[in-house]
Amino acid sequence: MIELITSLMAITLRSGASLIYATVGEIYTERSGILNLGIEGMMLMSAVTSFATVYHTGSLFLGILMAMLVGGAMASIHAFLSITMRANQVVSGLSITLFGSGMASFLGQRLGPESNKGYLVGLVGAKFEPIAIPFLSKLPIIGAIFNQDILTYIVYLLLPAGWYYLYKTRNGLNLRAVGENPQTADAMGINIAKVRYLYTILGGMLVGIGGAHLSLSYAPGWTENITGGRGWIVIALVIFSMWNPARAVWGAILFGGINAVQFRLQASGTTIPAAYLNMLPYLATIFVLVILTWWEALSKRVGAPSALAKSYMREDK
Amino acid sequence: MIISICQPYALCAWPFANFCFRRETKKVTTPILDMKGITKRFPNVVANENVDVELYPGEVLALLGENGAGKSTLMNVLAGMYRADAGEIFIRGKRVEIDSPRDAMRLGIGMIHQNFMLVDTMTVAENIILGLPDLPFVPNMVDVNGRIRQLSERYNLQVDPDSRIWQLSVGEQQRVEILKLIYRGAEILILDEPTAVLTPQEAKELNGILQQMTREGKSAIFITHKMEEVIAFSDWVRVLNKGRLVTVKQTNRTNPQELARLMVGRDVLFRLEKKDHDLGDVALELTDVSANNDKGLPALQGISFRIHSGEILGVAGVAGNGQKQLVEILTGLRNVSGGKIRIFNEDKTNKSPLEIINSGVSHIPADRIARGVAGDMSVANNLAMKCYRKPPLVRKGFLHPARILDLARRMIDLFSIDTPTPQTHAKFLSGGNIQKTILAREIDACRGLLIAAYPARGLDVGATEFVRKQMIAQSEAGTAILLVSEDLEELVGVADNIAVLFEGKVMGILPSNKADTEKLGMMMAGVKLEETTA
Ligand SMILES: Nc1ncnc2c1ncn2[C@@H]1O[C@H](COP(=O)(O)OP(=O)(O)OP(=O)(O)O)[C@@H](O)[C@H]1O
Ligand SMILES: [Mg+2]
Repeated sequence: MIELITSLMAITLRSGASLIYATVGEIYTERSGILNLGIEGMMLMSAVTSFATVYHTGSLFLGILMAMLVGGAMASIHAFLSITMRANQVVSGLSITLFGSGMASFLGQRLGPESNKGYLVGLVGAKFEPIAIPFLSKLPIIGAIFNQDILTYIVYLLLPAGWYYLYKTRNGLNLRAVGENPQTADAMGINIAKVRYLYTILGGMLVGIGGAHLSLSYAPGWTENITGGRGWIVIALVIFSMWNPARAVWGAILFGGINAVQFRLQASGTTIPAAYLNMLPYLATIFVLVILTWWEALSKRVGAPSALAKSYMREDK
Repeated sequence: MIISICQPYALCAWPFANFCFRRETKKVTTPILDMKGITKRFPNVVANENVDVELYPGEVLALLGENGAGKSTLMNVLAGMYRADAGEIFIRGKRVEIDSPRDAMRLGIGMIHQNFMLVDTMTVAENIILGLPDLPFVPNMVDVNGRIRQLSERYNLQVDPDSRIWQLSVGEQQRVEILKLIYRGAEILILDEPTAVLTPQEAKELNGILQQMTREGKSAIFITHKMEEVIAFSDWVRVLNKGRLVTVKQTNRTNPQELARLMVGRDVLFRLEKKDHDLGDVALELTDVSANNDKGLPALQGISFRIHSGEILGVAGVAGNGQKQLVEILTGLRNVSGGKIRIFNEDKTNKSPLEIINSGVSHIPADRIARGVAGDMSVANNLAMKCYRKPPLVRKGFLHPARILDLARRMIDLFSIDTPTPQTHAKFLSGGNIQKTILAREIDACRGLLIAAYPARGLDVGATEFVRKQMIAQSEAGTAILLVSEDLEELVGVADNIAVLFEGKVMGILPSNKADTEKLGMMMAGVKLEETTA
C-alpha cells in the first residue's frame, strides 16, 4: 500500500511539474493584463526544439535554454500583436497555438538525424535523471518528494518565490496594478507597455520550460502531440489558482494526481476502456471550473485581473 | 501694513496697493510653472486652444469653466497623461518635455484626477506607494503604514492603511488620493475637483492643508465649480470657455456672481423658487431597517422613515455614516439584515435591481463611473439604458435604433450634454457631462421615486442650477425624491424635510425651513434632534 502511494506521488510530481511551470508563467502573463492562449503551441514547440537540441548536443542545459528561447520568442510575437498592435488577444493567442502545433509536428520530421530521415520520433536522447537526496529520499511516503530531477526541485522553489514576488515586492505590486487598472498604474508612473512585454515574455519562457519538461523528463523523447492538451489545462489551472502562483500547486497536484491514478489503473489492467481513463483529467477540469465559477460568484472580488485581455492606450481612457 | 510694503513704489494708489505688491514681487521670482499656447485636439473636439497658465511659488490658481470647457484636459497635459498638439511648458524657467506621468512626477508635479486613480482590489497603503521610484525592492509595509498613519494624523485625513479601496466610501477614497500626493511630496499640486465629493467640513480641512502646503512654498492648481471655494482657496483665477482662456483675474478683485457670469455667460440664480404643493400617498416606507457594510459590520441600524409622492426628503450626514448603504438597499444593490422596505405599498425588501426599477424607481448613483454609465457604449445607448426594454424603443423584441437616437438627441438638447455626437463613447465625455448623461436618463425615466445621491456633484454652476430646478419640478409633478447630499445649502434649498444620518442611525427629521446649518451640523456630529433644541 505504502509502495503504491509512493509511486502515485512520484508520478503526480513528475506530471505536475510541467503544468506548474506553465501555470505560473501564464499567471504572470495574465496578471499584467495579457491573455495568452498560445500555451499549447508554445509548449509543443519548446518540447520539440529542446529535445532536438539535446539530441544533437547532448547538453540538457542547452536544451532548457532553447526551450526558454522558443517560448520567449513566441510570447513576444503575442506581446507585439496584443500590446503594440492592440490586436484581439484571443485571436492572436489561438493563432499561436495553431501555428505552434503545426510547426512542431513539421519540425519533428526535420530536426532528426540523417540516419532517421530527419525524424525525431523514436529517438532516445539525454534526459533529466532523478537525484536522490540522501536520507530524505528514504523516508516512507514523502520520500518520493526528494527523489526527483532538478526541474522538479526547481518547482519547489518556484511556487513560494512566485508568490513572494507577486505579493511582497515592488515589482509584484506594479505588475498587479497594471493588470487590474492600467490607467491608474500609468498615472502613477509605471510603464504599462514595458511591464506587459516583460511578463508576457517571462511567462512564455516558463511555459517553454514546461514544454521541455515533457520531452526531457516526463516522457523523454518526441512524440506527436506530446502535450496531450496540457496547454489548455493550464488555462483552467490559472483560473483554479485564482491567479495566485502559490495555489498553482493544488491544481497541478490534482491534475497530476488524476494522471497518476489513470496510469496506475491502466497498468493494473482494468476493464475500463482506456478512452474513458484518458478523459479523466479533462472531465475533472470542466468539473472544477463549474464549481469554481459558482463559488467565485458567491465570494465577490476575487478573480481575474480586471483589465485582462483589454488593450491600453493612454489617451484612449 | 500693505501700504508700507508698497511704499517703494510710491506711485501706487492705495486701492491698488495689494495689486502692485504682487506684481512687483513677481518680477524677481520666475514662475514655477509657465504653460504657453497649449493646444490639444481630440477627434471632433478642440479641447484646448492656445491656453496660457502661469503659476508662482506659494500660490493657488483656480481654474474655472463650464463642463467640457477643457480644464481636465489642460491639467492632464501638464501631468503627462495627454500630449499637447502645440505649446510649451516651462518649469522654474526651464523648458521641459513631459512625455509621461513619470516625467511629470520627476518634475514635482502631482495630480489628483477627477475620476479616482486607485486600484480597487488593493489596500490603501499599496495604492499610496504604487509606482514610487525610490521604493525598496521589498517594501516594508509596517514602516509604510506607520508613515501613512502619521501623515493622516497630521493632516487629519483618517483612513485605515490596511483596508481595501473597494470597501471605502467615495469621500474616503478622496482622502487616499490626497495622501498619495502628500506622500510623494509633490511641489506643484493639481487638484481636479477635489472637493466635489467632500463635505463642507472636509473641504474646509482641505483648504487648511492647501494653505499649509503653500506656506511651505508649494503651489497648486485647483479646479472647482464652487464659487465660494474659489474665493476662499485661491490667489488667481483663470476661466476657460470652450477650450479658450477667456479671463485671468486676481481673486480678491472679483466675486462669485462675476465669476459665474464669466463662465456661463449669463447671471446665475443662487436661490431657488419652490411652490407649495400637496403631497400624495406614501411612496417609500422604511421600517426598522438595518444593513451591514462590505466588511460585515453594521452600517445602518433601525432606520425608519417615509416619503410621500411629491415630497423631497434630504439626507444629510458626514460621508461614511451609512449613506452609501442606504442608497444601495433602496436600489437592490445590497441586502438588508433586518426590517422592511415598502415601495408604493409593495414589499420590496431584498428584491433585485430590475424588480425595483420596474416598480418605478430611478437611481442617480454616487459613483458615476462604476455604476452610472457603461463607458464603452455610446451616449445614446447610455441614455436609453433604463427604458430600452419597453416600446417605443423596442419593437417585436428588437431595438429600434432610430428611436433611441431620437430620444438621445432630445435629452442631449434638454440637458445640454456636451458631446461631439450621440454615438460618442460615454467615457470620452468630461466628468460633468457624464453626470449630465446619468441625470438625463434617470430624471427622464423617473416614474414615481427617485433615489439621488449627490446629483450635482461635478456640475458647473449653470448645470447645478438646472438640476436643482428639475428636481423641484419633478416633485411638484408628484415624484417622491430621496436626495442624499453633503451640500447643506442644496439640502435646505431643495428638500422639504431633512433627515440626518450619524453612524447608521437617523438623528432626526426636520422640515428644511426649520433647519439651519448650526442645527444640522450638531446632528451630523451625533446629537439627536430632541437634544438640539434643549
Ligand atoms: N480622451 C479623450 N478622447 C476624446 N475626447 C476627449 C477626451 N478627453 C476629453 N475629451 C473631450 O474634450 C473636451 C474637454 O473635456 P474636459 O474633460 O477637459 O472638460 P472639463 O473642463 O474638465 O469638464 P468637467 O467640468 O465636466 O470636468 C470634452 O468635450 C470632452 O468630450
Ligand atoms: Mg474635468
